[in-house]
Amino acid sequence: MTRTFRTKPRIEPLYLFFTFLGGLVLLFIIAPLANMVLHTSLGDATETAVDPEVLRSIWLTLWTSMAATLLLGVIAVPFAYLLARKRFPFRRLVLALVDIPIVIPHSAAGIAILGIISRNSPIGSAAERLGFHFVGGAAGIMVAMAFVSIPFLINAARDGFAAVPVRLEKAALSLGASPTRVFFAVSVPLAWRAILSGFILMWARGLSEFGAVIVVAYHPIVTPVLIYEEFGAYGLKSARPIAVVFIGVCLVFFIVIRLLAREPNDAVR
Amino acid sequence: MLCVRDLGKDLRGFALRDVSFDVEDGDYFVLLGPSGVGKTVLLELIAGLTTPDQGKILWDGRDITYERIHRRRMGLVYQDQALFPHMTVQQNIAFGLRPKKMRPAALRARVEELAADVSIGGLLHRYPGTLSGGESQRVALARTLATEPVCLLLDEPLSSMDTQSRSDLQALLRSLHRKGHTVIHVTHENKEAMALASRVAIMENGTITQVGTPDDVFHHPKSEFVARFVGIRNSLKGTLEASENGSPSKFVSGGLTFQVTSDAPTGAGFLAFRSEDVVVSESRCDSGTQNCFQGTIVDLAPARLGAELTIDIGVTVVALVRSGAMKHLHFECGKTVWVSLNATAARYIEK
Repeated sequence: MTRTFRTKPRIEPLYLFFTFLGGLVLLFIIAPLANMVLHTSLGDATETAVDPEVLRSIWLTLWTSMAATLLLGVIAVPFAYLLARKRFPFRRLVLALVDIPIVIPHSAAGIAILGIISRNSPIGSAAERLGFHFVGGAAGIMVAMAFVSIPFLINAARDGFAAVPVRLEKAALSLGASPTRVFFAVSVPLAWRAILSGFILMWARGLSEFGAVIVVAYHPIVTPVLIYEEFGAYGLKSARPIAVVFIGVCLVFFIVIRLLAREPNDAVR
Repeated sequence: MLCVRDLGKDLRGFALRDVSFDVEDGDYFVLLGPSGVGKTVLLELIAGLTTPDQGKILWDGRDITYERIHRRRMGLVYQDQALFPHMTVQQNIAFGLRPKKMRPAALRARVEELAADVSIGGLLHRYPGTLSGGESQRVALARTLATEPVCLLLDEPLSSMDTQSRSDLQALLRSLHRKGHTVIHVTHENKEAMALASRVAIMENGTITQVGTPDDVFHHPKSEFVARFVGIRNSLKGTLEASENGSPSKFVSGGLTFQVTSDAPTGAGFLAFRSEDVVVSESRCDSGTQNCFQGTIVDLAPARLGAELTIDIGVTVVALVRSGAMKHLHFECGKTVWVSLNATAARYIEK
């Protein structure tokens, strides 16, 4: 009697089913985006890409989100280090506080920020007297963007620092390095990838912010607000090319940053 | 000279308590103890990475218990070396030199000199992730030596190594000691202590139970724990009794009576003796002062110098039989043999 043996490994039906589910999820993400891109003619896209109003708003969105990320990042990274390394009273409460901007509605966040920086508030009026306009200005946009996006940087950097072995820091201390030098020469370089991821996440979250920004500053107009305005005034066909151009510009920036930040010695870690 | 006085620290799970010892300049001081007795914490206390709950650490009479880490100049080398993975070997070694603000040429020369001292001259441009355990340990040593520490603190420096690198590195450590470095070396291997130490301290349950020269500690253990830890295979529980005619005394264990030489008062205790001091023969030995018992071989394990026989004589004893003797005698499990032990080879330890 002869028996036949399978020459190929059997495919487990369960994983086949999971793959099918995964395909549905990917389709769910890609289909709307692909549809949008396919319904935008090259002519519409190039026309939009040279429209001064669109260009101005894209530039404004990019630089305000970038500036908000860098300015607050400098403060947030040392704070993330503390959260990762030190045990202090109410640490868990502090961790929860950091996450608040993620869980509240962003229009509500905008209202909250407006209350602090409006002309009637102490901070707002003080700034006003110095000739500095939060509401309806780039500074207000940056505050709104930073508020909703800062948790992403803090959490990513905190995870990065937590993954650096404490022994390496102790070894550096025992080699005579000051805590400052240990932070900059050991902790930050080793947590660098996570910190950079945090910066990119925070930036991406900031430049895509709509709810909080529209409350604080309808004008000067950032691209997410411009897309909404265009849609409200002229409909889908008119808003679509702006969305496509904006997404394209953002993707180019993210890819370039990722490529620039690749370190040659990553492989040895 | 380092003096540690009544050091104590509470840690989750266990505590260091009443740790006191002195390390003279030029000593090679080995702290020997099983894993998890707080040896690493003790080194971190001396290095200043953590502070004690009580007690003092003095260097040349100066209290350094709470002194800043980088002012103590204690060179700690971690068990896993803790090399900086994002720096080359060269940058790792140079790490401790940088604050001294050396000129680049002088810095390079000093790094090369340090690397040559530990024979890793060819590895300067490699990253730690590509080094073997022995190479990493040499880099870690060079990196610490760069800071010109007054005392080297080594945490299990030979544990992650194959036999060859281990003996090479032991030779390196001995040569560092000969050059005048004061070393405190933590380990759980009594062979390491034997091979390197000028003085040995035994740690047990968070405290030091015996300090002395290797000869002292290895041949005159003060407790059953020390006896077992320094490699004395036989330790029998029993009672010391006075013998009728004065000397030597009697030790009674498991219904057997051993003649021993001891000035200790009678009472409960242990009788410790080395497996190489147990003589096994096929026929009865008839010497007046020797302890001689009949027993059965229950296990036979080949060892480097011959074979280790586990023999049941009412109590279980372990005997080392040299390869030469093994050839003439036909020992096997279940065979009845005679076991003898010289009264001076056995050491009575009070409980």
